Amino acid sequence: MSWMLGLDLTAYWATTTIKVLVVLSLIPAGAIILGYVFLLKMMSWMQSRMGPMEAGPRGSLQLVADGVKFMQKEDIFPARADRFVFAAAPIVVLMSTFLLYIVIPAGPRLIVEDLDTGIFFALAVSSLSVLGILMAGWSSANKYSLIGALRAAGQLIAYELPLVLAVVGVVVQAGTMSLQGIVHAQADGEIFGTGLIGNPYILTQFVGFVVFLAAAQAELTQTPFDMPVAESELVAGYMTEYTGFRFLFFFMGEFGTAFAFSAIGATLFLGGWYVPGVEGTLADILGPFVLGAKIMSIAFLIFWIRFSYPRFREDQLQAFAWKYLIPISLVNIMVTGILKVVL
Amino acid sequence: MVATDWQKAAYVAGQAADARVNVELETEGMTLNLGPQHPATHGTLRIVVRLDGEQVVWAEPVAGYMHRGYEKLCEVRTYPQVTTLVNRIDWLGHFANEVPFILAAEDLMGIEAPPRAQWIRTIFFEMARIANIVLFLGDMGVQLGAITPIFFAFRDREHVLNLMEAATGGRFHPNFDRIGGLKEDLPRGWIEECRVAMKKMRGFCDEIEDLLMGNEIFQKRTRGIGVIPPAVGLEYGLSGANIRASGIDWDIRRDEPSPLAYKECDWKVWTHPDGDSFARYWVRLQETREATKIVDQLLDSMPAGSIQAKVPRIIKVPAGESFVHTENPLGEMGYYVVSKGGLGPFRVKIRTPSFNNVSIAPWLLRGVYVPDVITILASLYFILGDIDR
Repeated sequence: MSWMLGLDLTAYWATTTIKVLVVLSLIPAGAIILGYVFLLKMMSWMQSRMGPMEAGPRGSLQLVADGVKFMQKEDIFPARADRFVFAAAPIVVLMSTFLLYIVIPAGPRLIVEDLDTGIFFALAVSSLSVLGILMAGWSSANKYSLIGALRAAGQLIAYELPLVLAVVGVVVQAGTMSLQGIVHAQADGEIFGTGLIGNPYILTQFVGFVVFLAAAQAELTQTPFDMPVAESELVAGYMTEYTGFRFLFFFMGEFGTAFAFSAIGATLFLGGWYVPGVEGTLADILGPFVLGAKIMSIAFLIFWIRFSYPRFREDQLQAFAWKYLIPISLVNIMVTGILKVVL
Repeated sequence: MVATDWQKAAYVAGQAADARVNVELETEGMTLNLGPQHPATHGTLRIVVRLDGEQVVWAEPVAGYMHRGYEKLCEVRTYPQVTTLVNRIDWLGHFANEVPFILAAEDLMGIEAPPRAQWIRTIFFEMARIANIVLFLGDMGVQLGAITPIFFAFRDREHVLNLMEAATGGRFHPNFDRIGGLKEDLPRGWIEECRVAMKKMRGFCDEIEDLLMGNEIFQKRTRGIGVIPPAVGLEYGLSGANIRASGIDWDIRRDEPSPLAYKECDWKVWTHPDGDSFARYWVRLQETREATKIVDQLLDSMPAGSIQAKVPRIIKVPAGESFVHTENPLGEMGYYVVSKGGLGPFRVKIRTPSFNNVSIAPWLLRGVYVPDVITILASLYFILGDIDR
């Protein structure tokens, strides 16, 4: 390939460009997959409806059609909006999603950057989206947006903590913060006296997994914790004033982040791209599909809860984080630490 | 040394700045306009809320965005034409709106419909109640953030609406009640299908009880929220499930003499001592179950015979006044009809339940949080057409 183009694909600029393009295409792809499978189809079946059926086979191109529709819409700024901040906010939100994808491994060599502090980096950049949400809420010059943004800020900060603490258990057990390292630790591990299936941490870190799911749900502002975008009260929270492709950015950010969080959950607790008995180049080929299947099973849990539950009130939501999730995850860390030393 | 003017001004400004730092951080209230276009007001109710943070300082509903002037329109219609008009007042409880007006007109004319007509009227009345409240049972979930129950409600309400359509030709606006009886008799096979549908509605009630009412988050969001003490509820003129949820055992179907067939069946009026949003939801759920029981019993004991009393071809109502109220899905609905002996009523005053039910909002919303505003409004259950008429 490379000799045909006369290019050196191992050069720094070439690999970087390829990586950026891959991640850039992953965000809409992930958003469309989750949006179609869960938001459109699974929700419809839960609610005894068919969902979209006309655009493409069984309506699978519906979201593409919606995307095209959004792009055709007029780009509206509210009269009293802070135009620069208003325009920048969706990009900031999307940026945080973009950075999340960098450290997620899809195979032994399929990773954009194998940072030593991978999971730390992922959790750090995921909280960037708060900034974008606050910017959106403030610059819209709308009271509903402002209330929604402030609620979002309070909620995301509160749930950052259990998210980090839930992950700490895994990090302690694996002994590394690199996501690739965590996958290898699970692949090489043993449980029930056999190394046949490796050691997926969902078995030993089940408490951490549950806390991680709850906190991720809150980070994604999905339903039991969707106070910031509560449709029945705040119309659409911080997104109220957004239309057209700026709204599309928020939509992609939301579902792209859901995809990324599911991927992180799959990597931390389900063994990532690893499937027993597959190694080397074959793992690089099968890895993305294995990871994809694991992502879908975690995303299924997230969306299942989203479509079944009513939402918490703001104070109940904070109480849930501080009174239950954080103490539970602290106990989990302690127990993990003791067992790590003893065993 | 004499200070210059500039130095004096700088000193005063410095003192003022210090003073402002030392007092507590100054905050301002915010006025939030809920509606007229807002997803939670299901229609065009506007509620002006004065907020301190997320807490409501005062709230005031502004009605009238949907005023359609039905009382005045009734005056320029003949008696048989009025039913077409009034079943659009509470658009979900369609048939139930027609009944009190027809009963008032019959009262003025001194005629009474034959028993079979009364039986069918009562059945349709209760079916309108089911169709109406089932939607509330699902909608409450949407207001609290659970999107799935409303679709179950729409799905199962269809059983009732299909039956209405089969018998009357209209899903939402049956326009079936006539002075002295009904438009037509029931179609063949309708009674058996109705029994099946009532069974399905009971199934829906069980399902929603498991799915939504039993949910911990739902209970957390509704228990103790928007408590109406019985005395306050009576002062504001609340009626229907809203007042029964405060522990007042009052149901017009049971307590007032009426030509409708309620006295023939065995059923129970449910009350709840708490008076909060959860109690209102619970009472409505039980009411739906009781309504299906009433329909079942009436289907069993349906008398044979005519469905239309003898009435003159051109209906003229003798001069006089009459007030008839019934227990509608939303509460007490009454028609005060004044006749001067003409073809149409001289004056019709419509007492609608939602207007009174929503009038308690300023009292109830004081001091609650914004999410609870939505819970309380949803649990009071008003229909905009019923407020503004």
